[in-house]
Amino acid sequence: MKESREERLGWALAFPALGIVALIAVFPMLWTLWESLHLDDLRMPWLGRPFVGWGNYVEVTSDARFWNALGRTTLFAVVTVALELGAGLVLALLLDRIVRARGIVRTIVILPWAIPTVVAALVWRFIFESPGGLATAALAEVGVAAPTWFADELAAWVPLVLADVWKTTPFVALLLLAGLQNIDRSLYEAADVDGAGPWQQFINITLPLLKPAVLVAALFRALDAFRVFDVVFVMTGGGPGTATETVAMYTFSTLLQHLRFGYGSALSVIAFVLAFALALFGLRVFGAGALRSRDA
Amino acid sequence: MATIRLQDVSKVYPNGHTAVRQLTLDVENGELLVLVGPSGCGKSTVLRLIAGLETPSSGSILIGGRDVTREPPQRRDVAMVFQSYALYPHKTVRENLAFALRVQRVDPVDIDARVKKTAAALGIDTLLDRKPGQLSGGQRQRTALGRAIIREPQAFLLDEPLSNLDPVLRLGTRTELALLHRRLNATTIYVTHDQEEAMTLGTRVAVMRQGIVEQLAAPLEVFRRPANVFVASFVGAPAMNLWPATVERTPDSIRIVSPVCTVDVNSPDITRVKGGPVTFGIRPHEIDLVSEDEADGNGRAEIVEPIGPVTVVHLHVDGLSDQLVRAVVSVDTPVHVNERVHFRLRRDRVHLFDADTGAALGP
Amino acid sequence: MRAVRWTWAAAVFAAAIVLPLCWAVLASVTPEDRLFTITSFVPRGLVLEHYRALFSGRDFWTPIRNSLIVAGATTILSVALGAVSAYALARLAFRGKTPALAFVLAVSMFPQISIVSPLFLLLRELHLLNTYGGLVLPYLTFSMPLAIWLLVGFFRQLPVDLEDAAMVDGASRIRTLWEIVLPLSRPALATTAILTFLYSWNEFLFALSFTLGPERYTVPVAIALFRGQYQVPWGEILAGAVVATTPVAVIVFVAQRRIIAGLTSGAVKG
Repeated sequence: MKESREERLGWALAFPALGIVALIAVFPMLWTLWESLHLDDLRMPWLGRPFVGWGNYVEVTSDARFWNALGRTTLFAVVTVALELGAGLVLALLLDRIVRARGIVRTIVILPWAIPTVVAALVWRFIFESPGGLATAALAEVGVAAPTWFADELAAWVPLVLADVWKTTPFVALLLLAGLQNIDRSLYEAADVDGAGPWQQFINITLPLLKPAVLVAALFRALDAFRVFDVVFVMTGGGPGTATETVAMYTFSTLLQHLRFGYGSALSVIAFVLAFALALFGLRVFGAGALRSRDA
Repeated sequence: MATIRLQDVSKVYPNGHTAVRQLTLDVENGELLVLVGPSGCGKSTVLRLIAGLETPSSGSILIGGRDVTREPPQRRDVAMVFQSYALYPHKTVRENLAFALRVQRVDPVDIDARVKKTAAALGIDTLLDRKPGQLSGGQRQRTALGRAIIREPQAFLLDEPLSNLDPVLRLGTRTELALLHRRLNATTIYVTHDQEEAMTLGTRVAVMRQGIVEQLAAPLEVFRRPANVFVASFVGAPAMNLWPATVERTPDSIRIVSPVCTVDVNSPDITRVKGGPVTFGIRPHEIDLVSEDEADGNGRAEIVEPIGPVTVVHLHVDGLSDQLVRAVVSVDTPVHVNERVHFRLRRDRVHLFDADTGAALGP
Repeated sequence: MRAVRWTWAAAVFAAAIVLPLCWAVLASVTPEDRLFTITSFVPRGLVLEHYRALFSGRDFWTPIRNSLIVAGATTILSVALGAVSAYALARLAFRGKTPALAFVLAVSMFPQISIVSPLFLLLRELHLLNTYGGLVLPYLTFSMPLAIWLLVGFFRQLPVDLEDAAMVDGASRIRTLWEIVLPLSRPALATTAILTFLYSWNEFLFALSFTLGPERYTVPVAIALFRGQYQVPWGEILAGAVVATTPVAVIVFVAQRRIIAGLTSGAVKG
């Protein structure tokens, strides 16, 4: 039947790419799952690799360092996403309005998003270095004594958040810009005729119609913020102490520094499940249609 | 050129929608068969089934006597002209024309010769190095035709080829298509929703509705003897007037009684007509405006539309409150809005349909 | 009048965005001993010692070469295989298509950290640690889904008529893909290539975990691991940052319209 010929061709064409992805993503994920059910500490090889069932997961529930990391990561996600949405919205409104030098402005705006996270982290670290960094010097100019940023448990978050917001606001702005440009201009014209001012138009037309784009941007950024690793590793290494340790950082150090593969795998699985749950929640809220309709 | 046969073909989509219902259709060698009907009737689906772009849920399709039901479009040796023309936008006219021949691995020298000949025949030989984006609508249409003609296939499938042209161009191209068909003597299946196109171009016309062929016959036959109410009102413009009536039989005549008028008919085919309720039909052209003593019925001219050589009069007739009766009269006939008029029906052009099924009863 | 005010606001915003980068460039040409006493934006006493040290002392060409090879190979593989796969997913009807698409989406949401350790062990088994292949393969976990999503979206909105016409004309599916669909997909392919290249160039965690020595470090890893004898060599780090950023900046400037189109087409998650 013609249909089965098409089926075979379809699978044949799709298989190489899908197969590779399955091999290098699904297989490791399954392995991680399996490993998380074992005790596997490479620093203590004499213990072997016994099956411990849920043992690792039970340990996680009482692991204060994990819960602290989770709390910090969640807070980081909330703060950065909020800031990025706010700044992104302003930036999107600006990009929508300007006519001249569009190319240059757009280049500048995308630049932070395009450069390696490592570079962004290092540049911001440099700015916040004590005692002579730009941040400290600038604050001194206005008479404020800056803390030793990276030695202070709370202050260390400032450059982290700033670096992350600086780097990803452009992406959020672009998503929102696309949403803005989808709003029918004639709605604003009708509002003009009805006598509504710019602020009223913003509240009553722009914001409601932008909601889908905002939600999508929020979901994707939340997912990324939850998984944050690069910027923390390079900027603070999780320090001072474990003050800026995120879930991904903790998992990384457990695996590749403490060499506790079994326990680290359990942490990996939990991280995956949480991310997946967040994604599913988002999909349920906006419907898979929102994702599909954004296809080109 | 070849015959095409659809045998008991059905197409049901996964969502349950039946586009084509047990269709059996024979297309003769060299004829131009028009599939006509309102949107959604399944005509384009039939075309795509013949082309191989859709697979039938049941039934078989034969082209030139060969069963092609399982064959992909690549192997059916039919050429199709799409409504959107589907010209390859990144290729020149020459490359568009040559594409199918290249796929068949025809010798490049031959390809070149055939491209030149076909382009010259269609009047696009000066455009060979242009891309579709640089052509006018009419030129694109001719390129699409050329792409089909150059292949010398077993049959041509045309999917509403004129609907994207502006009205003036449409009429001119219609004539060209008729001439082309005559010259090539090509088996052609032509899909359109325009009943005028169907009537003027087709050797035979298949009127379709909701997946079935309501009537398959020569244009004049479909016009003069529509198989049912649907065909009667779809073909011919302005549409046929239809209203309920009752037949009273006498041994050698029938009397058609309706609130509008009472008409006696005794044509030779009346023997098949039984007494009882019917749907009565008369085309606008078969209604004449007459003086009061010659009239079958009376009414008031509600709308008067002079269109060139004729005038369409919409009558509010006595006895019929839910529709206006259309009559077409010569433009010289004096009619004014709100004027009381009297009309007479031509006895030999009366149509009767079964009141329940809508099937034609004769005469 | 309002237009002028917006332009000024945009200029201010743009300046704020670009400030850290300008600062970095400035610092990269400032002598080491004055790095933390810069008092103004106007450079005084420009030096190139950091750049010289970068390329002769630290052999920065090696990470650059490594990054180019890895990002290049990943891009080519992802676009080629991804395009073929995407075409099948967009146009051909076969069972398991929707789950396949969902699967692709799901994979792109895996936290990288979750698959680092098994990938490490897998690569070790395959003797691919500290090799180019050992990076390209893991990179496909994010670049392939990206390519597939971008291209499926694009192929879906190409008019089907063209492919139908080609098939009726006798062309096989594969020939149709090659001669008709792909030439018309150049913009989408370019966008996919650019985005894939950028993501691969910038990637850090996998590169950090799967390379074992300076001869295979990519640019981000190399910069992150700069160690000085007595103190953090900020001058060289920032010089390295500038060098790492320049090709990216060029790509962005040349292709910003494409990049924006790709980002907003709904396939990218930042």
